Amino acid sequence: MSIDRAYGVANQGNRLSEGGRIDRGDAMRFSFDGRRLMGYRGDTLASALLANGVRIVGRSFKYGRPRGIMCAGVEEPNAILQTGGREQTQTPNVRATDQPLVDGMVARSVNGWPSVETDLMGVLGSVGGALMTPGFYYKTFMFPASRWETYEWFIRRAAGLGKSSSLPDPDDYDHKNHHVDVLVIGAGPTGIAAALAASARGKRVMLIDERSEGGGSLLWSAQSRGDVIGGTAGMQWVADSLRKLDQDSRVTRLQYTTVTGYHDHNFLTAWERRDDAFANPATMGSDLVHNGKRPGTRHRLHKIRAGSVVLATGAHERPLVFSNNDLPGCMTASSVSEYIQRYAVVPGKRLVVMTANDGGYQAAFDWAAAGRQVVAIVDTRTDPDGSVIEQAHEVGIRVLTSAAVVEARGRRWVTGALVAPINRLGSFVTGDTQLLACDTIASSGGWSPAVHLSCHTGSRPVWDDAAIGFVPGPTTERRFEGGSVIGHHGLGACLADGTHIGARAAADTAQADEVPPVADSNTREAPAMPLFLVPHPKPVSRAPKQFVDFQNDVTAAGIEQSTREGFESIEHVKRYNALGFGTDQGKTGNINGMSIVARALGKTLPEVGTTVFRPNYTPVTMGAVAGAHVRDRFDPERYTPMHEWHVQRGAEFENVGQWKRPWYYPQGNESMADAIAREQLATRNGVGILDASTLGKIDIRGADAREFLGRVYTNAWAKLAPGRCRYGLMCGEDGMIMDDGVTACLADDHFHMTTTTGGAASVLSWLELWAQTEWPELDVFFTSVTDQWATLSIAGPGSRALLAEVSDDIDLSPDAFGFMEFRNGTVAGVPARVFRISFTGDLSYEINVPAHYGAAVWQALFEHGEKQGLTPYGTETMHVLRAEKGFIIVGQDTDGSVTPDDLGMSWAVARSKPFSFIGKRGMQRADCTRANRKQLVGLRCTQADVVLPEGAQAVRDPEQSVPMDMVGHVTSSYYSAFLGHSIAMGVIKDGLQRMGESVWFPLADGRCLQATICSPIFLDPEGERTNA
Amino acid sequence: MFLIHCPYCGEDREEEEFHAAGEAHIARPVDPDACSDEEWGNYLYFRRNPRGLHRELWNHTAGCGKYFNIARDTATYVIHGSYRLDETFDVPTESTATGERS
Repeated sequence: MSIDRAYGVANQGNRLSEGGRIDRGDAMRFSFDGRRLMGYRGDTLASALLANGVRIVGRSFKYGRPRGIMCAGVEEPNAILQTGGREQTQTPNVRATDQPLVDGMVARSVNGWPSVETDLMGVLGSVGGALMTPGFYYKTFMFPASRWETYEWFIRRAAGLGKSSSLPDPDDYDHKNHHVDVLVIGAGPTGIAAALAASARGKRVMLIDERSEGGGSLLWSAQSRGDVIGGTAGMQWVADSLRKLDQDSRVTRLQYTTVTGYHDHNFLTAWERRDDAFANPATMGSDLVHNGKRPGTRHRLHKIRAGSVVLATGAHERPLVFSNNDLPGCMTASSVSEYIQRYAVVPGKRLVVMTANDGGYQAAFDWAAAGRQVVAIVDTRTDPDGSVIEQAHEVGIRVLTSAAVVEARGRRWVTGALVAPINRLGSFVTGDTQLLACDTIASSGGWSPAVHLSCHTGSRPVWDDAAIGFVPGPTTERRFEGGSVIGHHGLGACLADGTHIGARAAADTAQADEVPPVADSNTREAPAMPLFLVPHPKPVSRAPKQFVDFQNDVTAAGIEQSTREGFESIEHVKRYNALGFGTDQGKTGNINGMSIVARALGKTLPEVGTTVFRPNYTPVTMGAVAGAHVRDRFDPERYTPMHEWHVQRGAEFENVGQWKRPWYYPQGNESMADAIAREQLATRNGVGILDASTLGKIDIRGADAREFLGRVYTNAWAKLAPGRCRYGLMCGEDGMIMDDGVTACLADDHFHMTTTTGGAASVLSWLELWAQTEWPELDVFFTSVTDQWATLSIAGPGSRALLAEVSDDIDLSPDAFGFMEFRNGTVAGVPARVFRISFTGDLSYEINVPAHYGAAVWQALFEHGEKQGLTPYGTETMHVLRAEKGFIIVGQDTDGSVTPDDLGMSWAVARSKPFSFIGKRGMQRADCTRANRKQLVGLRCTQADVVLPEGAQAVRDPEQSVPMDMVGHVTSSYYSAFLGHSIAMGVIKDGLQRMGESVWFPLADGRCLQATICSPIFLDPEGERTNA
Repeated sequence: MFLIHCPYCGEDREEEEFHAAGEAHIARPVDPDACSDEEWGNYLYFRRNPRGLHRELWNHTAGCGKYFNIARDTATYVIHGSYRLDETFDVPTESTATGERS
């Protein structure tokens, strides 16, 4: 069986044999709801569906009514489909009108259950529709709250707004940055003219358009209208102009790219669909023929900083609101023209046009030219006298004036139009109705400027009577707009606007003397009529449903009812009805809805005002938002110079900020607890080694470096001699502990500060803040040297002997190199700074060597140390060792509400320093000096082998009824293999005065653990081990 | 995303390169110990939150590392200018009008 027959290429019953901008030599297979169909390159999914006579593409959200394709662009509210042939490639929220047909495409409708053809919700919608009033969800599904899960299942099943893939996205995405002088949005006649004018001034210009090819409205109107621009046919002018732009190296042109966000200071985001627009079916294939990852980048997000922005975004045609206007077969007039002219698809056999302006006539002319029957043009205006009316008479089309289609007839799609005469204002029906048999009703209520982007930076659209619509409001951005977006719909006006604003956008002055191309036209236009809701013989509340927002099933009756319920602000009406809440953001329905509110309230449209739009203009795939920042590239990982050694040693790693730190080094089948115990005992009894390279290190120089340290640390630095180190506490101005670390005095004007691993960057900013803003007179400079030094910390009674083996130029005797001192020397042949400091409570040396030597020195230490049982230990053992000694970790034992006094560290606060150091005044606040503050203490669980859970809340009376008085919590808690029992630290109210008392920890699992308050120093309180 | 002029680098750069550091021109009291709790609390915690012209301290963290001030309209997000800590900056009077923002 041939492909053609299998996919029904012969069944494109609505396809014309010639014309259009499709490539009949490049047939494409696709499927819709399992039906195998055929279209052509150049089709959108929507045009291909219409070509095959598919009328129902979904069911409505609330009432389950059948819905068909209504528009031909991004404003489409109904044809929201799901694409993707495999779980990995599922894409929800695809507008069929905006999606180029790709060979092998698999598409499904989303909101029919069990199917779009037989929909259970449709039954509910037709018999129970009256129950589903505005605020339906608020009123119905709120009570009882316990039923919500049931409701949610039902709502989601019924609404069926598409589904995301549950598997990782196999495709690649990326981002690209641009800096341009002029960004032109929209490649219709206005945008092309603007880009030409701007590029003629030698500027870097970017022209972005959301459709697959440039030309805008000319794509579907130029040929049948016979537009001539500057002496050439309209589409020829487009082709010539785009070629000219493409030949200019300073011009970047993107098609099938939607500017979705307009952000501050002319920063815009644009979403480019690369696979869909440029897919080579032989290789890209997609789902039916290609089972792997698509090559190349699927979508790209462009980030554009523009000097000037030209909005040439055009307008969306407003359908008129009449009864049953949601039946498949009801379309906007321009989209009928677009399907015929651009895709050679006539969506039906017999057409009725209803229009409130001259523009709607073109749909009838195009339909008739395609050889199909135009039943009538129903013009709502009284005595229109434009040249299109004469043209209609010339080609023999029946025109009814002062009349309207008040109701569409049909069960599953349009089978007739009920037409009635109306009064001049279009507010009521003046006579008897007649039924015209037809299968398509095209309506045009006028054009709503696409102001969406203009709103994104906070500018509110303003009403323009001449445009019968809201146009972009004033802005502080360097932004220019012209053409249909400001209500200038004529071709000549668009070209003149574009040339003018393109030149102005490119110029530093408001002068622009470029001459726009002349559009030849001898048409005479009749004024448009501001009509939104078409009257029905019955009142709105009794007439068959008149839909305003198709995606959310908002009707004219519903909007009127909400005003009767007391809603007056358009913002409230919008939310109560969910008007404009769908993925189409109300592109077709908003203005109609506002006009109905205005009429119900007896106000004018400008009085009612408009709601505003937020980014994004159309939905953007999450893949494009993430770009290449996924998986390994989601966040940078930082490795120490010894990382490879840790990996080979089988270390488990812990994330500390972006750093990967060895957590522990399991051997064989060792459990974590066993590994920690082994590492701990080896260190306490012999010698262990920790990779401490991640500690923040800041090199501080300057004549006033010492004075500066005295101001930012709480303790005294005036007398710290070169060669000595000191532990420092850093507080905020509020007196709360912020960071801590050891700082060494290298010379009188040179210090080496260490910070916590996580605090390195913020501490540097903090130091810079004070040095730059408050004390610029101090001579002090800071340099981050975290990455310049590898830090190897050896600890345990055997550490001196080990260091002696690899260093022969430092006198390591306790008298010559005491605790809290540092020496320059050589370690394993490498120049090193050795600090005799200790975070374990044992004899310990921190060896700092230039980072590139780190791995070699580490290796050398093991060559000498392995025979002494040198044991690498990770952060978990480090935590146990420091906790045994009562050393705190900022951020674990403190939380931003803890002062040095609370930690029992008053010894580290030099209140007598002459300068009122940072934090001093703060910690003198009444609240910091009161009784009953939480203070850091040790906690011994009465069960020696039970480790208190960190975070467990303490109470003094375990018998108290709930709610209990909580007096503190556990901050650090471990099992100490060396001590043979569990240890913990915690903050307890007045803990320092309550040594020996008991507290209890009632746990969620029912246990209630008891602990005794004690000193947090569990090991060697006299410091004999440290000073050994 | 803002486009911010760094007065030290002399360049307009993306907001990503900068960190906001709060309201500008908050001077530390000369003698903190002489402050009442209320005065200290005002210095430490209380900040203006105007609709309109606001002066802010920013840090060019991913650039030169310098702190500097900007005069920015919090309603329109227009940045009237950037200036060094040792400079003053007068906002042009015609540009202080606050635009609408919702």
